[in-house]
Amino acid sequence: METLLVYLNAWGWDDWNPWTFLTILLMACVTVVTRSFFFISDAPWTLPSWAQRGMQYAPIAALSAVVLPEIVMTQGIFIHSLADARIYGAIAGAAFFSWQRGSGQAVLGTIVAGMLVYVPLHVGLGW
Amino acid sequence: MFFPFQQRRHPAYRQGFMEMLAVAPGIAAWGLMTGVAMATSGIHRSEALAMALLVFAGSSQLAAIPLLAAGAPLWVILATAFCVNLRFVVFSAHLRNYLMHLPRRQRMVLGFFAADLTYFLFTKRYPVPGTTEAERAEQMAYLAGNATINWLSWTGCSVLGVVLANYIPAAWGLGFAGVLALTGILCSLATNRMRVLSAATGAVVAISAYALPLKLNILVAIAVSVVLCMVLESYWAPTPQEA
Repeated sequence: METLLVYLNAWGWDDWNPWTFLTILLMACVTVVTRSFFFISDAPWTLPSWAQRGMQYAPIAALSAVVLPEIVMTQGIFIHSLADARIYGAIAGAAFFSWQRGSGQAVLGTIVAGMLVYVPLHVGLGW
Repeated sequence: MFFPFQQRRHPAYRQGFMEMLAVAPGIAAWGLMTGVAMATSGIHRSEALAMALLVFAGSSQLAAIPLLAAGAPLWVILATAFCVNLRFVVFSAHLRNYLMHLPRRQRMVLGFFAADLTYFLFTKRYPVPGTTEAERAEQMAYLAGNATINWLSWTGCSVLGVVLANYIPAAWGLGFAGVLALTGILCSLATNRMRVLSAATGAVVAISAYALPLKLNILVAIAVSVVLCMVLESYWAPTPQEA
């Protein structure tokens, strides 16, 4: 019981700062506003058809722009060593996906296969 | 709990839920490591907990924490969160035609839950907005089901990460499961030549422009990819079988 109290005390309830909580609440509002940005207003307009057509390329571009730096960059610098577990984990995952493409659990398998390669290299060899 | 009852009863709700469930282990591991990172980065645990429960935007949370810890002014923190979230503004333009039939309150609730993965899976499953009432109801049910499991696994595991931060060393590399979940979805979206081109362009631009502040490299990558693909489309369009 006492350990629990010590643990909870370390959470900072005592110098609880209302400004910080207001900031966090407003950050949640920023999430809503950015994610709903173009459909908050009821004003009638539609995306021009050329833009709607261009939008089909946005999801994959955004995803690739988020993922690839996570695989091939370290602290903002392109990796300059092949001894990096992330490369092989990602390759193993993608290979599993193309092998199982179309099956219901291809994405789940990508995660599992990738981790099976990544974790031993990362933890075992320190890559 | 946030979505109207008809959406939860629709069979597409379950379908959206199940499709996201397959990715959930990756989201969960990533959420866990985000929770650990938040709890060990100089803000109080109670604040990290509030953030994990309320904000539901991993990259903006991680960007805001050093600013919060340093006591930066409110508007600086909010502006940072906004800029880091700019990709969602692009997504919202795409989602607009799918959602405008709903009342504003429901649109904004769905908007809050339309995080990256939900947006990717939703637009993959439904390339065009529904035109009949039945189609729209199906799409909204799928979106709600998909978003529910995304939110539950991300938020649940972020909270767990904040609570258990002392016992989960970052050295295990669990966070990489999130990268792999995204890699799997990336592969599943790459269904024709133009999409592969868009992905390749996005990656090259995002890596070369990585030095830009506030994750603006992602926004630039989206813009360059979309424009390039639209210009090349007429020369290089996918054959109907490919699309």
